[in-house]
Amino acid sequence: MSPSTKYTEYDAYAAEEAAEGKVFDVGGQDWDKVVGAAEDLGDERLVVNMGPQHPSTHGVLRLILTLDGETVNECRVGIGYLHTGIEKNMEFRTWTQGTTFCTRMDYLAPIFNETAYCLGVEKLLGVTDQVPERAQIIRVMMMELNRISSHLVAIATFGLELGATTVMLNGFIEREYTLDLFEEITGLRMNMAYVRPGGVAQDLPSGALSSVRDYLDRMPKRIQALRKLMDSNPVYLARTKDIAYLDLTGCMAMGITGPMLRATGLPWDLRKSQPYCGYETYDFEVATQDTSDVYGRYLVRMQEMEESLKIVEQCVERLQSVKGPVMIEDKKIGWPAQLAIGADGMGNSPRHIAHIMGTSMEALIHHFKLVTEGFRVPAGQAYAAIESPRGELGVHVVSDGGTRPYRVHFRDPSFTNLQATPAMAEGGMIADVIAAVASIDPVMGGVDR
Amino acid sequence: MGLEEKLPSGFLLTTVEQVAGWARKSSVWPATFGLACCAIEMMATGDPRHDFSRWGMERASATPRQADLMIVAGRVSQKMAPVLRQIYDQMTEPKWVIAMGVCASSGGMFNNYAIVQGVDHIVPVDIYLPGCPPRPEMLLDAILKLHDKIQNTKLGPQRAKQIEQLEEAKRRQLPLLGQGTL
Amino acid sequence: MSSQHPEQQAEQAADQLPAHSEEERKEQPVARMGMFGAKTTGDTSGYGGLVVRQSPKVSTPRPYGGPEGAAEAGVFDEVADELERALGGPGSSPEKAGPDFGDAIERVVVDRGEMTFFVKREHLAAVARTMRDEPSLRFELCSGVSGVHYPQDTGAELHSVVHLLSITHNRRVRLESTCPDADPHIPSLVPVYPTADWHERETYDFFGIVYDGHPALTRIEMPDDWVGHPQRKDYPLGGIPVEYRGAEIPPPDERRSYV
Repeated sequence: MSPSTKYTEYDAYAAEEAAEGKVFDVGGQDWDKVVGAAEDLGDERLVVNMGPQHPSTHGVLRLILTLDGETVNECRVGIGYLHTGIEKNMEFRTWTQGTTFCTRMDYLAPIFNETAYCLGVEKLLGVTDQVPERAQIIRVMMMELNRISSHLVAIATFGLELGATTVMLNGFIEREYTLDLFEEITGLRMNMAYVRPGGVAQDLPSGALSSVRDYLDRMPKRIQALRKLMDSNPVYLARTKDIAYLDLTGCMAMGITGPMLRATGLPWDLRKSQPYCGYETYDFEVATQDTSDVYGRYLVRMQEMEESLKIVEQCVERLQSVKGPVMIEDKKIGWPAQLAIGADGMGNSPRHIAHIMGTSMEALIHHFKLVTEGFRVPAGQAYAAIESPRGELGVHVVSDGGTRPYRVHFRDPSFTNLQATPAMAEGGMIADVIAAVASIDPVMGGVDR
Repeated sequence: MGLEEKLPSGFLLTTVEQVAGWARKSSVWPATFGLACCAIEMMATGDPRHDFSRWGMERASATPRQADLMIVAGRVSQKMAPVLRQIYDQMTEPKWVIAMGVCASSGGMFNNYAIVQGVDHIVPVDIYLPGCPPRPEMLLDAILKLHDKIQNTKLGPQRAKQIEQLEEAKRRQLPLLGQGTL
Repeated sequence: MSSQHPEQQAEQAADQLPAHSEEERKEQPVARMGMFGAKTTGDTSGYGGLVVRQSPKVSTPRPYGGPEGAAEAGVFDEVADELERALGGPGSSPEKAGPDFGDAIERVVVDRGEMTFFVKREHLAAVARTMRDEPSLRFELCSGVSGVHYPQDTGAELHSVVHLLSITHNRRVRLESTCPDADPHIPSLVPVYPTADWHERETYDFFGIVYDGHPALTRIEMPDDWVGHPQRKDYPLGGIPVEYRGAEIPPPDERRSYV
């Protein structure tokens, strides 16, 4: 093929070619032609579109990479492929129903989404102090269990994306055991809508605490096994050490929080610095590393899982002695029904149904009003932030005094942290882009909402 | 498969159908089409507890060109829809689609501007799997039902006849509401 | 028991504010009518004539207090004082580059343990820079931008809300700027906080606020050729009616419901 031969007869890229150089349209089964024509041009620059459907991009993330050989010169990130309109949908449901929507944002950390949202609503209502202690302890326990399951998936998919199936299988089976607990306590494995404004949906079922205790017996050994597999694995180290460096200055400018920030050596953890749900009363350490690289972020996640186990242990101890309701006493806010897990999932307990249908008309009216109409939240706005597995999960809730949110906005850590991809990837090798993205651990459901 | 189309009808043909169906169903390679929450459950289906390598499915195909099953796992946004269709077009025949979860099946709770109300607006769907998200066991059940479907798929002119019959059966299915019969 | 209900408490507290008397409330524009969102069927509830008025725009008097309460001067007073000192009060040196505190800040609201500065949009970048650089303020981290659309708030329909976090002092503060629908421009904070990049693109995408000075203000969540800004109040939810066993259920925004 002579250099002057156009590869495609139809030239749709004339305008772009003038500005950017020769454009090839790769349609499949034509690689030899493309490579041959590119060789003739003598240009090494290559723009590769990666995603939104790619096995190593952590979901529907799109990366547009400009390559010089294997070096990434420019990296652009395209998102929005999972935009769900959750924030807008919540404006058309009651405050309580909002938990059902927001739990599906960051689908690896549903409990965190719910808790952040509920803390925001409680702040608007001014009832933060009235949430029962037992509910707060259950929230903390569920959040920490969720942190473990989320980090396990982070590490599992990280291994998968780097090509290590063993890590993936090990991570996922441990996550299954965590999900078993969720299922026993909330009735669902994911997207539980368990944390509600004013407390939690229902008390722990009998036997749940002993299941958690079994889990606590098992888990430290399993985390040790994972560490044994990865901590000083030479292949793993080669792929992670000094890769995707981002120091404290970069993190501050990019607004990055969570394990990435703690891997730069700053012990910033909202559980310690701005405690919520009674975190100030628990004894745990903030995990930090000072390497600012992928390996450091991995170590922080591992250490956080161990700390989370410590917190869960303290929760179990407290739950044995702290009894009482799990929903706010105020009958105008608290969900009227006693919920219970039946054969087909969570629903109103049979005793409550007998009460409202058989004995008390007023209770029925109250139930009906509160469930269909919902409670009113005084006008105003509030911002509540919690430490999710990926960083600061903030929620900005605005009420106009009605029974439905006027506006809910989530500041999702994945969304913010993902902005750092170009900063970490540019100038590095293309293979390290995968490690960089995986170390952010973005969840596209949270990014796009 | 030129041979299948050329075979005369009769005893031999049904056997070939069965053999072809059996071969096809025994090692379905799914395209890794994870989108949202369901994608995590789809990955969990591959974990040691559920283990879909029991049906020869552990080789999740990163390239659509070597995949014959697309598990649409999660909500499909308006922005993702053209991508999904392109990937479907890149898959080689024969190919099947499972709409995993209620969002992929019908849009589900996200009845709004951003989400395609059911992936069947874009690609033909073989199995609708409800749940939000469906448990791994439910996905396994859907896969087994799909296996059954693959096994009993006819070939050539018989396939055309089968499609016609299925269409007719669908049309006669109750309820007939909203079709002028109420 | 009922007098302790937080909603009533908040209302009582609000009524005690001099700027929030019953008289003034009656002057406020109507936020919405009726109680049910029925648009197709007749409203048989009897609540159709119900009028809900917007809350008046109040500013909190000093002392602001802190996150725990406003009984005495607290952290919030400190932040306001420092910002006032850094920006300069009225009549401070005329050759100074930045705006005065009084010019830049429309009003200050302390509510539910949170402090909000309503910043005039032309001075937003200068205020944010001061917030970041002044050692006594040092709000290093921007926790994102959130847009809110108030169609009734004539002349200031679009609000852009920025949450700032100071890791040094462990404080949070909120900056709120407004712009009218007819001229939806607000200066970009990207030069001060690079993290605002995607957040501003998102707010542009959903609300149509144009952030002047943003390096690449394009749609981020919606497809590039999308028409409209979907999270504005005048943009419908866009659901479709769902048929279930012969009955047709309208999408959530068209159902009869309490609002």
